[in-house]
Amino acid sequence: MCGIVGLFLKDRSLEPKLGAMLSEMLICLTDRGPDSAGIAIYGAPAGNEAKITIQSAKPEHDFRGLDAELAKAIGAPVSVAVKSTHAVIRTAPDKVDTAREALQSLRPDIRIMGAGEAVEIYKEVGLPEAVVERFDVRSMTGTHGIGHTRMATESAVTTMGAHPFSTGADQCLVHNGSLSNHNNVRRELVREGMKFETENDTEVAAAYLSSKIAHGKNLGEALEGTLSDLDGFFTFVVGTKNGFGVVRDPIACKPAVMAETDQYVAFGSEYRALTKLPGIDNARVWEPEPATVYFWEH
Amino acid sequence: MPATNVSTAQRDQSHARVFDLAALSLRELNQALHQLTPGSNETAWEVLNPKGSHSVAVGVDQPVAIDVRGSVGYYCGGMNAGGAITVHGSAGPGVGENMMSGSIVIKGDASQYAGATGRGGLLVIEGNASSRCGISMKGIDIVVHGNIGHMSAFMAQSGNLVVLGDAGDALGDSIYEARLFVRGKVESLGADCIAKEMRPEHLEFLQGLLDRAGVTGVKASEFKRYGSARKLYNFNIDNADAY
Repeated sequence: MCGIVGLFLKDRSLEPKLGAMLSEMLICLTDRGPDSAGIAIYGAPAGNEAKITIQSAKPEHDFRGLDAELAKAIGAPVSVAVKSTHAVIRTAPDKVDTAREALQSLRPDIRIMGAGEAVEIYKEVGLPEAVVERFDVRSMTGTHGIGHTRMATESAVTTMGAHPFSTGADQCLVHNGSLSNHNNVRRELVREGMKFETENDTEVAAAYLSSKIAHGKNLGEALEGTLSDLDGFFTFVVGTKNGFGVVRDPIACKPAVMAETDQYVAFGSEYRALTKLPGIDNARVWEPEPATVYFWEH
Repeated sequence: MPATNVSTAQRDQSHARVFDLAALSLRELNQALHQLTPGSNETAWEVLNPKGSHSVAVGVDQPVAIDVRGSVGYYCGGMNAGGAITVHGSAGPGVGENMMSGSIVIKGDASQYAGATGRGGLLVIEGNASSRCGISMKGIDIVVHGNIGHMSAFMAQSGNLVVLGDAGDALGDSIYEARLFVRGKVESLGADCIAKEMRPEHLEFLQGLLDRAGVTGVKASEFKRYGSARKLYNFNIDNADAY
């Protein structure tokens, strides 16, 4: 099953409430996905710094002293903000690749959730409410975000099997459905040099989009490509540094509802997830058409 | 049970029993509805704050009027037998699934598979319906004021689907004996579904159904009729090599 949500703010005065709004939407879809939950939240890019979100099974061990060790290894200032099993590393944008390499040798057991100028990604196994509490999602601010509650079908219930999946800078994706040709597509992407962390079908969809974007397509074009190149059931919601997109497969059996007001564009697997948003009673509410790409950018 | 005349289902809601889902659970609502017995005086119900809840007023089996003030989630009015349910909002997937009799009116839009497998009664959607509207319908009448999505009336067996707007891809794929009336354009017809002649008896029947559904200002002559070519009813031996 799975539940997905997305919220793209047009009204900047709502930005301090983004985490609280997304949390309510996510918790509302607990019965669509009680296994795991996750969010990707986009803050306004600071311009002179990039963020790497990392995860550890032994955070007390792995995160202790990491800032000093990493700063020494890359020769640039680093800050590490720990949130439960996750930590957000901030450093100069041109040091991100070096930092990723250094992390592999300094802390071989940690996982990189995603990186970029704007995105932070938090995901864990457990009920959505527990995940929201663990990372204090309600206090997070930002311009847009996407989230997922998981009922696993295609791969194991693990932190890395939870959504969102990120395979490119500031790019991430959540998925309701299941892909049937993901092994073939993964092999083709591996040949191109893409790296995979899991056996999960959704990670393939994320990597597919990242690959298209790396080859010069914009997000809209990359999403169009999923309609011919990915086989299976999908409703995808994707986030980029300044944008938010939705696409459903041509059969469109996975549910989707959208709402738009002057203040925001919101996505939910069900209308239930949108009912606490401000002004929802007067919002334009519609079901996104099958095989149609929807995209908003700041 | 005679089909409910929706256009005259003007009921006195001043004595309605009000059920606020912000304060009471969905189970309490549905249990109260299921406990109604024939001849009960509680013939008018009003449901507040549905907020997309699933299974609102499922399994109603008495001729009571239920007004739902807001949008509902999955399966509203499923298996309805005799109830007159009005949703003053939109409906999620599977509204009126397997309805037996009575009526359901959706003032807004309906999501996927509205009226799926419905055996009787009248489902009116005043907005648009999405994909698979009337899939496997078995006697229900469905009237959609707006458009319907792809794969509607898939394997429809009997009953009538009336669409004032347009129909999406593969209308009536593998249809049996249901009748489809579409006023606008049809994106494409599914396997074994063909356009058929509108004879006087069809015009008369359709006008009656439009009247029952409270549709005004639209004439039966504006619709085209679609139905089964009946080519899939029997195995064609020339296709044996395909298996």
